[in-house]
Amino acid sequence: MNPSSDIFAIFENCLPSANILATVEKLRPYECDAFTAYKSLPLAVLLPESRQQVINIVKRCQRENIPIVTRGAGTGLSGGAHPITNGILLNLSKLNEIYELNPTLRYARVGPGVRNLAISDAAEEFGLYYAPDPSSQIACTIGGNIAENSGGVHCLKYGLTVHNLLEVTFISAHGEEITIGNHCYDYPGYDLPALMTGSEGMLGIIVEAKVRLLPIPQNKEIILAAFNSVEDAGAAVSSIIASGVIPAGLEMMDNAVIKATENFCHPGYPVDAAAILLCELDGYEQELQWEVEQIEQNCRRHKATSVSKAKNKSEQELFWKGRKSAFPAIGQLAPDYLCMDGTIPRKHLAHVLSQISELSQQYELPVANVFHAGDGNLHPLILYDANQENDLARAEQLGGKILELCVEVGGTITGEHGVGIEKLNQMCVQFERTELDQFERVKTAFDSNRLLNPDKVIPTLQRCAEFGAMHVHKGELPFKDLPRF
Amino acid sequence: MLDQDHTDSISTAIENAIETKTAVHITAGNSKSFYGNSCDAKPLDVSQHRGIIDYEPSELFITARCGTPLKEIESVLREQQQMLQFEPPHFGENSTIGGTVACGLSGPRRPYNGSVRDSVLGAHIVNGLGDYLRFGGQVMKNVAGYDVARLMSGALGTLGIIMQVSLKVIPMPAAEKTLCFECSRTEALQKMNRWTQMDVPITATYFEQNMLYVRVAGIESTLHSLKQTLGGEELVDDNDIWTEVREQQRAFFNDPAPLWRISIPEDTNHAALFDNCVIEWNGGLRWVKSNTSDNEIFSVAGAAGGHATLFRAEHKKTNCFQPLPPSLAKLHTDIKRAFDPHNFLNPGKMYS
Repeated sequence: MNPSSDIFAIFENCLPSANILATVEKLRPYECDAFTAYKSLPLAVLLPESRQQVINIVKRCQRENIPIVTRGAGTGLSGGAHPITNGILLNLSKLNEIYELNPTLRYARVGPGVRNLAISDAAEEFGLYYAPDPSSQIACTIGGNIAENSGGVHCLKYGLTVHNLLEVTFISAHGEEITIGNHCYDYPGYDLPALMTGSEGMLGIIVEAKVRLLPIPQNKEIILAAFNSVEDAGAAVSSIIASGVIPAGLEMMDNAVIKATENFCHPGYPVDAAAILLCELDGYEQELQWEVEQIEQNCRRHKATSVSKAKNKSEQELFWKGRKSAFPAIGQLAPDYLCMDGTIPRKHLAHVLSQISELSQQYELPVANVFHAGDGNLHPLILYDANQENDLARAEQLGGKILELCVEVGGTITGEHGVGIEKLNQMCVQFERTELDQFERVKTAFDSNRLLNPDKVIPTLQRCAEFGAMHVHKGELPFKDLPRF
Repeated sequence: MLDQDHTDSISTAIENAIETKTAVHITAGNSKSFYGNSCDAKPLDVSQHRGIIDYEPSELFITARCGTPLKEIESVLREQQQMLQFEPPHFGENSTIGGTVACGLSGPRRPYNGSVRDSVLGAHIVNGLGDYLRFGGQVMKNVAGYDVARLMSGALGTLGIIMQVSLKVIPMPAAEKTLCFECSRTEALQKMNRWTQMDVPITATYFEQNMLYVRVAGIESTLHSLKQTLGGEELVDDNDIWTEVREQQRAFFNDPAPLWRISIPEDTNHAALFDNCVIEWNGGLRWVKSNTSDNEIFSVAGAAGGHATLFRAEHKKTNCFQPLPPSLAKLHTDIKRAFDPHNFLNPGKMYS
């Protein structure tokens, strides 16, 4: 019997055989998620159509000791849904039903395969929307958003996925259906929805979620400000926040990104500016006008060379179009790019950007920067060519250095993209072994046989030792128990 | 009292507890010692570990050691026109930030600005193995590893001693005003449910005895226009009402019967069982004075899709939290074991 027919035999009672993909040509589209630097094929891709089929599959995998990697739309940027060669890829895209929209209690109850934007589209008739808006929102699914604690451009005011999630139903590693949270303002016991959010598919398989809907803001303004230096733009951001205004979105782009996006979709950005700020405000009538004045004053005080407010809805959309096209625009500058995702305290922005510029020269690879300036989330895009020998390795090293720099200034290696397989080494930098061990024990509490997305997120002791970038706390050498050569 | 780092003495106390196999009951200001199940263990006072470590108004966060008085934190924030978004109840002079986060209790602003756990950015903890661990950080976005920092909120110290915590802070509104509406409980629930679907800056709601109080926030012209939109009478002397609501100082709370905290969907029709009550959070939080049996109250709250907590009672409490379904209860036991395998930290405080 060939391995492929084995797979059909193992799962034949779990789901229809038409929903089992096991030939190389059918597996190929699943060889990676949006972290495309590495590729591998799973044993099979399973496409359950119901919760019961998910339970059947999990129980079967538990019995056969087959690892499970869960996947939604595959838009994740850190390899969280990267297949494991000795495991199955559980694709939940068929669980894509919106079960309930409750306008009074302002929630949507949805399957994990429902697209992020589809929730807002469905809620629009009630004047409601779902706030977290990762740039991939047209394609990415809510199950993946929860697994990665996805952010977007409106996090400073409206929070991440974790702040907008009310309840999750998941299938445990042993095939049990468990519901955590509710649609009240709190729930009894530990805050398990917080623990589940951002756990990258390692604690359970999400089969249903209730998410918070918000009233669509009635009034919105967008301001575009240009600066001669990133330092000035960074100072303007700090002074805006200190003035008591919390913008709905506050984005910064450096000159490389400004030029690329202007060339790509002509949003009317000033191409000679060193940096621009894009500020979205929403709020209640008069309040909004007061906030607009605060933003304009603070930008001018920090030497903005121009400050303009979008005149109408179409200009608002145009201003945003540039920012939202930043990644594809950069994609035109080089065959490949790596997107980093560190978060830093904003006050270190100028220092971090100048260090990135030095690293870029040192590794001889250009870096363009987009920045969720309001919440300190930096996306340096490292341009490279995968066909050039060593380019990928150099890009990864440069990316690693940038993330280590973020940790050094008090930030973190990932703000919204997750660790996946991409940032395993940097986890050794951010955390000490005792902390990684605590993560391991949490994992074991949910999944004692390590079948759910194993070997992601938490690096092994050996990996950290080989990476050689271990966290040294209070001058103590970690991993004393490992031999050194 | 001086700001001091007592990490070493707390670590030593935990090492001793582990060595002598003696469980500890974590205490500080004792302002919320009434909350949760009784805990028979040796008290471990962490109130000396205090002081604000870092506060950056323009970065919107504050980091403080667990024993830092809540009033000190609020006063430092107020100087910069900032505040904690969840408007925590103090329940006493000596309330600390560690206890506030461990209890996970939020005040009147919670439905509009977020809860304690929503504002947790990072925490340092000592787990039941005596390990000093750091999770999260001081930035708004951080998805490196599991969100252990947020898990500490409301865990009542059963998973670790919160040594220090970083919290998101927000600007204070320019001004706030209270509008009041004379209406029945049913009308009050209808009004609150209607407003939640509108984009209006309400920051608190409270109903007692045929009167609904609504706090609105913004600049003067906003407040004026909100009064037109929502209606109601302006409460002239409104300085104290929200403090009284938050601190449970209204006359309602003087009744000696046990106080139940009922967290249910906002639009739940009021059950006869909960007749003696006041209402907050758009209808989502109902404080009930009742001598009805625990099981009956848990059952009614559970059937409504919510949960009940025996909040204050004269007698010793052993089961004050809503019972969990078996699979979820087992998961709680496994998680507790992952942090505190020998059950040294606040044994029985939450679930036994």
